[in-house]
Amino acid sequence: MDIHEYQAKEVLAGFGVTVPDGALAYSPEQAAYRARELGGDRWVVKAQVHAGGRGKAGGVKVCDSDVAILDASEAMFGMKLVTHQTGPEGKGVYRVYVEAAMPISREIYLGLVLDRTTQRVMIVASAEGGMEIEDISADKPDSIVRATVEPAVGLREFQCRQIAFKLGIDPAQTQQMVRTLQGCYRAFTELDATMVEINPLVVTEDGRIVALDAKMTFDDNALFRHPQISELRDKSQEDPREARAADRGLNYVGLDGNIGCIVNGAGLAMATMDTIKLAGGEPANFLDIGGGATPERVAKAFRLVLSDQKVEAILVNIFAGINRCDWVAEGVVQALREVEVNMPVIVRLAGTNVEEGQKILARSGLPIIRATTLSEAAERTVGAWKNELSQGIKIRAMS
Amino acid sequence: MSILLDENTRVLVQGITGKMARFHTKDMLAYGTRVVGGVVPGKGGETVEGVPVFDTVEEAVAETGADASLVFVPPPFAADSIMEAADAGIRYCVCITDGIPAQDMIRVKRYMYRYPKGRRMVLTGPNCAGTISPGKAMLGIMPGHIYLKGSVGIVGRSGTLGYEAASQLKERGIGVSTSVGIGGDPINGSSFRDILARFELDEETEVIAMIGEIGGPQEAEAAEYIRDHVTKPVVAYVAGLTAPKGRTMGHAGAIISAFGESASEKVEILSAAGVTVAESPSSIGATIEKVMEAA
Repeated sequence: MDIHEYQAKEVLAGFGVTVPDGALAYSPEQAAYRARELGGDRWVVKAQVHAGGRGKAGGVKVCDSDVAILDASEAMFGMKLVTHQTGPEGKGVYRVYVEAAMPISREIYLGLVLDRTTQRVMIVASAEGGMEIEDISADKPDSIVRATVEPAVGLREFQCRQIAFKLGIDPAQTQQMVRTLQGCYRAFTELDATMVEINPLVVTEDGRIVALDAKMTFDDNALFRHPQISELRDKSQEDPREARAADRGLNYVGLDGNIGCIVNGAGLAMATMDTIKLAGGEPANFLDIGGGATPERVAKAFRLVLSDQKVEAILVNIFAGINRCDWVAEGVVQALREVEVNMPVIVRLAGTNVEEGQKILARSGLPIIRATTLSEAAERTVGAWKNELSQGIKIRAMS
Repeated sequence: MSILLDENTRVLVQGITGKMARFHTKDMLAYGTRVVGGVVPGKGGETVEGVPVFDTVEEAVAETGADASLVFVPPPFAADSIMEAADAGIRYCVCITDGIPAQDMIRVKRYMYRYPKGRRMVLTGPNCAGTISPGKAMLGIMPGHIYLKGSVGIVGRSGTLGYEAASQLKERGIGVSTSVGIGGDPINGSSFRDILARFELDEETEVIAMIGEIGGPQEAEAAEYIRDHVTKPVVAYVAGLTAPKGRTMGHAGAIISAFGESASEKVEILSAAGVTVAESPSSIGATIEKVMEAA
């Protein structure tokens, strides 16, 4: 789960990381008013969305008057901010954060991630702050400093000092850097984060080390023990279809194609999408309905896939292990009687009791296109979809 | 032989009184697995499917001589159960549980390393379908009847995609020595490389099938290991050709976040290491058959 910048800063400040003074606003007027409360004569207005790259997209503006703050935030509210991390549809701006601007002498990149090679927490830092880490690793790979943390003893002070010296931090600020790094590590482990990113971490002209930006992602599997983090969830930043699927216990990722997929198991779901692509089609979604392909889950899955207007054909691929095919087939038939489907539906069942399952599909009288192998299913799906397109008619699976 | 599990393995089921665990205990017993006990704190003295339940793994091991365990414990408590198994001297543990916090798994791995190599537990999973040595024993939730006994060693992340591969082999009359699920989580007990090393040493295994997916470095690490240390032919398939970057595809670990983590990059890395890569999931069986004929 992602949280907003202002939330991440509040969390990190609680662990001893220095952050600028700032205030949250839900309207342009509130932004101007809160800037006055903060004091000073230069402020930064920042759109709060769950994505990086806001600066280039117009989501960060430096202002030196009330009017400038009003203008800047008026432009931001309600806009869909499109950055390299949001996808073409962008993310809605419903909150802005106002901060007192500060004079900066240098910028540093700091990230904490779960490193899958060492299977430990890794600190990644670079003297090239302000750039995206992907660009730093492409253009200035030698500037990157890394350290992995032994979980039994945590991040040691000597490791923090090593990082500080490698980054060329002034010795007078080493202790501040140690405190910042250890604060980030403690926040990461105690709150079950999977990513903490401060970009940039700055050294101000008066020698303070301050987190100018902050991003945190949390392990969804660990939210059960952090109710205070769960409360920070902002559904306005999530894809509505994916959020709705998650609330129904289905695992869904929307894509750009037009062949809807309903599959059990994440690996088989990806493999099914691959097969569609190899057959000349484009998958509209990833959807894993999980182990128990009950009629209710299958019906929910059909409704979810059909809520995507781009979908023009549906491929159901279920490998029934413990759940027998006859039972899954009954679920599919029941779902198709409940949900109106105006497009070709291709069903491939495999595994336990497959013959019985096929008979149930055939006997139902529904215009289900059946397939026995995965490649046959994909070919028939893409074929039916193309045929429908060329004829310009909608095949009704149900009237 | 076969790896990790055979007809002599004595199995404990941790969390045996749960609905899913009961069901699969019955299924494993029917397959011929020697399930000798279950562990649920506070339920010692009960029986499930005729199997005695103990309060602690330590007690269960002392009473039954169990050397393997299957963990069905819910995610908040699963890491603790795995550590309990490691401490009690269990040799091989499979964790089925999906949804264990990543940092719990970091601690589990650190904990297992406190034991000397000779008595260090081997863990596969979490978030996997388990391990089966067809015709001998089954430690997991897979449908046992889709596997024929034979000489192909399978290692994969995904449950149902693994079933797909096994049933394609069965259709061709090809059998399996052992099939191991390493699970879809980012921090897992055993990697592809760990299991490949075991198949390389196993006399019964002649060909190895590796079923990977997007995300993480383990397929690339396996490629390097295969190039330098594996003499048996390896066939691979990598799922997720159409997966977009930066999105989690069901499995917590299935997310492309760095170079070398996409399906096409992994295919390239594996091919360069001499692995025969099946282009589509429906040709996994045919590709293995071809490699076996050539061998």
